[in-house]
Amino acid sequence: MKRSKNTSSLLSKELVAPALAQSFVKLDPRMMYRNPVMFTVEIGTTIMLFITAYSYSANDKSVGNFGYNLTIFTVLFLTLLFANFAEAIAEARGKAQADSLRKTREDTPAKKVSAVGEIFTNEIHIVPSSKLRKGDMFICEAGDIIPMDGEIIQGLATIDESAITGESAPVIREAGGDKSSVTGGTKVLSDKIKVRVTTEPGESFLDKMIALVEGASRQKTPNEIALTILLASFTLLFIIVCVTLKPFADYANTTITIAAFISLFVCLIPTTIGGLLSAIGIAGMDRALRANVITKSGKAVETAGDIDTLLLDKTGTITIGNRKATHFWPAKNIDSKTFVEACVLASLADETPEGKSIIELANINGASFNTRDAKFVGFTAETRSSGIDMPNGIRIRKGAFDSIRNIVVRAGNSIPSETELKVKEIASNGGTPLVVSQNQQAIGVIELQDIIKPGIQERFERLRKMGVKTVMVTGDNPLTAKYIAEKAGVDDYIAEAKPEDKMNYIKKEQAGGKLVAMMGDGTNDAPALAQADVGVAMNSGTQAAKEAGNMVDLDNDPTKLIEIVEIGKQLLITRGTITTFSIANDVAKYFAIVPALFISSIPALQALNIMHLKSPESAILSAVIFNAIIIPLLIPLSLRGVAYRPIGASALLRRNLMIYGVGGVIAPFIGIKIIDMILGLFF
Amino acid sequence: MNTEITGIVVSFLLTVLLAFPLGKYIAKVFNGDRTFTDFMNPLERFIFRLSGIDPNKKMNWKEFLKAMLTINLVWFVYAFFMLLYQDKLPLNPDGNPGQTPDLSFNTAISFLVNCNLQHYSGETGVTYLTQTLVLMFLQFVSAATGIAALIGLLNGIKEKTTNNLGNFWKIFVKTITRILIPLCIIMAVIMAFNGSPTSYKGKDTITTYQGDTVSVSRGPVAGFVAIKHLGTNGGGWFGTNSAHPLENPNYLTNMVEIIAQVLIPVAMLFAMGFYIRRKKFAYVVFGVMTIGMLCLLIPTVVTELNGNPEIAKMGIAQPTGAMEGKEVRFGPAASAYWSIVTTIISTGSVNSFHDSSMPVSGAMQLLGMMVNAFYGGCGVGFLNYYIYIIIAVFISGLMVGRTPEFMGHKVEAREVKIAALVTLLSAFLIKGGVALAAYFVAHHPDIAWAVKPSAWLNNPGYHGFSEMLYEFTSANANNGSGFEGLGDNNTFWNVSTGFVLILARFIPIIGPIAIGGILANKKYIPESAGTLKTDSLTFGVMTFAVIVIITALSFFPALTLGPLAEYFQIGR
Repeated sequence: MKRSKNTSSLLSKELVAPALAQSFVKLDPRMMYRNPVMFTVEIGTTIMLFITAYSYSANDKSVGNFGYNLTIFTVLFLTLLFANFAEAIAEARGKAQADSLRKTREDTPAKKVSAVGEIFTNEIHIVPSSKLRKGDMFICEAGDIIPMDGEIIQGLATIDESAITGESAPVIREAGGDKSSVTGGTKVLSDKIKVRVTTEPGESFLDKMIALVEGASRQKTPNEIALTILLASFTLLFIIVCVTLKPFADYANTTITIAAFISLFVCLIPTTIGGLLSAIGIAGMDRALRANVITKSGKAVETAGDIDTLLLDKTGTITIGNRKATHFWPAKNIDSKTFVEACVLASLADETPEGKSIIELANINGASFNTRDAKFVGFTAETRSSGIDMPNGIRIRKGAFDSIRNIVVRAGNSIPSETELKVKEIASNGGTPLVVSQNQQAIGVIELQDIIKPGIQERFERLRKMGVKTVMVTGDNPLTAKYIAEKAGVDDYIAEAKPEDKMNYIKKEQAGGKLVAMMGDGTNDAPALAQADVGVAMNSGTQAAKEAGNMVDLDNDPTKLIEIVEIGKQLLITRGTITTFSIANDVAKYFAIVPALFISSIPALQALNIMHLKSPESAILSAVIFNAIIIPLLIPLSLRGVAYRPIGASALLRRNLMIYGVGGVIAPFIGIKIIDMILGLFF
Repeated sequence: MNTEITGIVVSFLLTVLLAFPLGKYIAKVFNGDRTFTDFMNPLERFIFRLSGIDPNKKMNWKEFLKAMLTINLVWFVYAFFMLLYQDKLPLNPDGNPGQTPDLSFNTAISFLVNCNLQHYSGETGVTYLTQTLVLMFLQFVSAATGIAALIGLLNGIKEKTTNNLGNFWKIFVKTITRILIPLCIIMAVIMAFNGSPTSYKGKDTITTYQGDTVSVSRGPVAGFVAIKHLGTNGGGWFGTNSAHPLENPNYLTNMVEIIAQVLIPVAMLFAMGFYIRRKKFAYVVFGVMTIGMLCLLIPTVVTELNGNPEIAKMGIAQPTGAMEGKEVRFGPAASAYWSIVTTIISTGSVNSFHDSSMPVSGAMQLLGMMVNAFYGGCGVGFLNYYIYIIIAVFISGLMVGRTPEFMGHKVEAREVKIAALVTLLSAFLIKGGVALAAYFVAHHPDIAWAVKPSAWLNNPGYHGFSEMLYEFTSANANNGSGFEGLGDNNTFWNVSTGFVLILARFIPIIGPIAIGGILANKKYIPESAGTLKTDSLTFGVMTFAVIVIITALSFFPALTLGPLAEYFQIGR
């Protein structure tokens, strides 16, 4: 799969310039107030601006000297810009990603069909794709770019979807059924289809996603709201701390400058997480988009992290496409070479994947047989077997056990007991036995097996460690289903599944308080997709399925669900760890600033200056600078996300608590000390 | 080992040994299982019939809180007027006067909220009638209110999804009849046999060996002291509280009183484990709280045993440690242990004078009250801890990549909002109060009030700051101990601490009950491998970290200007 567009560096040049511009635009208080933490920083910065101006014009000692005030103001202003930049760069990345998808569908000529035209009915006009409205009809022929998302109402075509999926193999889309959807920007390779437009311009999933990323219509997710409340209350706490410090200082006969108050306040409030919070959220959606998944809301990504149960289709997800022949079991007295040859002869005209796999397994060139006068017998529902009648009178049949037994018994022969035994053995191992007869004599069994995708067991193990239960959905009989379920390592299975079985299973799980994710494509999947907490529709699926789900996977890759769950978890973890880091930082900042504030009137507090910072002024300045630069330093982490490790909740908590909690306490001690030493070189 | 230290260790071990079976018993009482106190059944039925209560009526969290708050309001009005007019009522052999309205307001609230901040002295400020029928009565019902609130919360945790927190009245009455009264009877008997008075006669006069006459106050002290400690109330019969020889005659009673005050808070933790069938969770909570206590206790004991460096500088040896403000019959170690126990669990009784404690001890006592959840008061200790848990659950839930959940229920914006508000409250009340007081002392020392702000503080400087800080912290923690040395019986302190008391009592009860009620109402989510286990050691550490960080962030500057500055100033 081609994923070149996904490897762009975190901060490429073409993204940084517009993001820098956006950082200034975002200073607008009408945008800023959505983020209470940074909004208070903006207020503080504004006050500092006035103080700086005042200290320049008036010679008032109580507000401190101009140069120092200006420095503090500059650092605070930078803090704001850094936070805005974080958000802007996350938006820019998301937008760039979406734009590259959107570019493919900009104003392509469309062959619009007018039911009642100027001269004829069903007249065809060439119009720009932007003129197409929902419900309009257009046709596409080989070589045309499909102008809009739509549903095929007539015809069948092979389509190259590599523009959006990166998958070069063409796919077939046809009217009716579950593969009737086409996406704007993809190319018709052969045949001709008539398509009905299903979305208004600007309302396609991609457009919605871009709007989500761009911020205007971005709504905070429930978890983001809860975290914002927590951060706002920490901000309030530090307002209390700073306001009450004034009378405390008066009591202790200490003067504290306004610059020091504002610095203390800005340092203490959780600016790190406050500045990065929205960037983290956008980056989550962005990561989904990089995985070629379009999410209809940020909430869906967040919910994905909470998923308890995953419904996965067997075919394509757990097993590779179709069954394959894995073994030849000749009956007693039958030479194995003869048996294999008979099998190959019987499969020569068999175009099914199973038939092809038999020839593959035999590793014999089918063309080496002389079948010029042979008569091929195709599979019919009646005989449930297929085979070949050779000119020399040899008749070979292969088929399900009971159909071959009929042939054999009718001719007065009997099935050898060891063949019967083998048939049962294969069935109980989850395989499908094909019995082969030659001239009404059973000569052996071909074993067909589902091939479980390599590496899928590890992925399920990983999911189990995350606490996610996997459920395999298959049309197979319960015996086969059970065997494959065990072999692949899924926790549960639904055998002989009908669409309503999925629905019922989801409802049952939800009644038990679980969150369920599933992937589907067909119209009959739509109710289940809507019912599931995270429903991922395949892009190739029907419009109904895509409307019902809350994500669309452009790659049509059923294993994508696993990635989506990890993206969701990563999103929450990134928020949690940076919050912890941000709050843990305050310990060191207290030790930097509080002694600095009181040291002149209470020299004994020098003992609290455990970092041995040079002077009160440089201590405060170092803390503020550290507070500002930690934001850009953490931008790459918030965009990339903190890696998720499936090591169990407690172990993960311990790990993150050590890195971001304990690390968050220690890092600023070191950082502030270093900044203080550097400042010492200048002052 | 030093016998003084042994005394502490034995006291603590005895507490835990007694608390365990008591916890089991308490769980049985509220589960409605058969217990040996079932003979109280007819009495309870009589009380319910008399008050027209249907004890089987289910209550959701709002009804539960309504019942609790209503009855508390009734008690407040009753107590306020009784204290105001006590001079006109019987049982006043010493002829004590009625309280002023502001003092009466403060006293009524203070006892109602289980705080017992006393701005009066028991010998002269109250009568036998108000001591027993008002103050002692409130000591019972306020403790029972706290325990009932906790049981209500646990009822919500216990069930997968429920609307029902149980019947407040039933839980409340049973708390008194099955837990408080039986325990108090036992303790009162021990106190009486060790010399605490149990008389309704007025002052007695003794002639000392030197020939002076001294009048000695007395009264039904033994029973009062029992509920004072068992109910984590702390309001003393005498002004000097448990330092008074008749209120705490010897080392044995001292041990009994220390054990009694921690007994129910610890037993409630074990009871929780049995009651909600999550014993491991209860043990982890107990472990975290115990470690918290030790972090405060050890520095206190060490500094008190080491003596005062200022005295050492004068060349005076202090073989028994820092003895200023301590009773010789208890010694500095037992006094240090008491001072920590009484501050962490919101009793607020004292057997030494905290004003005279070393600065480090003062800081530890303050921290104990600021956290207010290391064991904590009767029932309310865990309610406070619960708020820390909600915040810890929220942050750590994010860190493991799942929407946070506690006991199978999702913690979302609404719960976080309530928890955050409750957390903010202590910082707001304590620092706001101290800021106000500091403002008057600094800017209006001579304002025309009955007691001028300049006359409030016994000591200038950092120690004076600690006195103000301690008073508001004690009020906010519903603790009731005083740093003393503060002129607090005047309008400013009576009214300001009065409001702090009410808010700091009821909001931290309403908050957890509301969260508990909302959570209990949500869909139950079964645990999976991805769920954060709240009964794990890791989560215990997380909660401890949250407690430390929130307390440090809220109070570091205030502690710096008070005890820390004093500590660095007098040298180490």
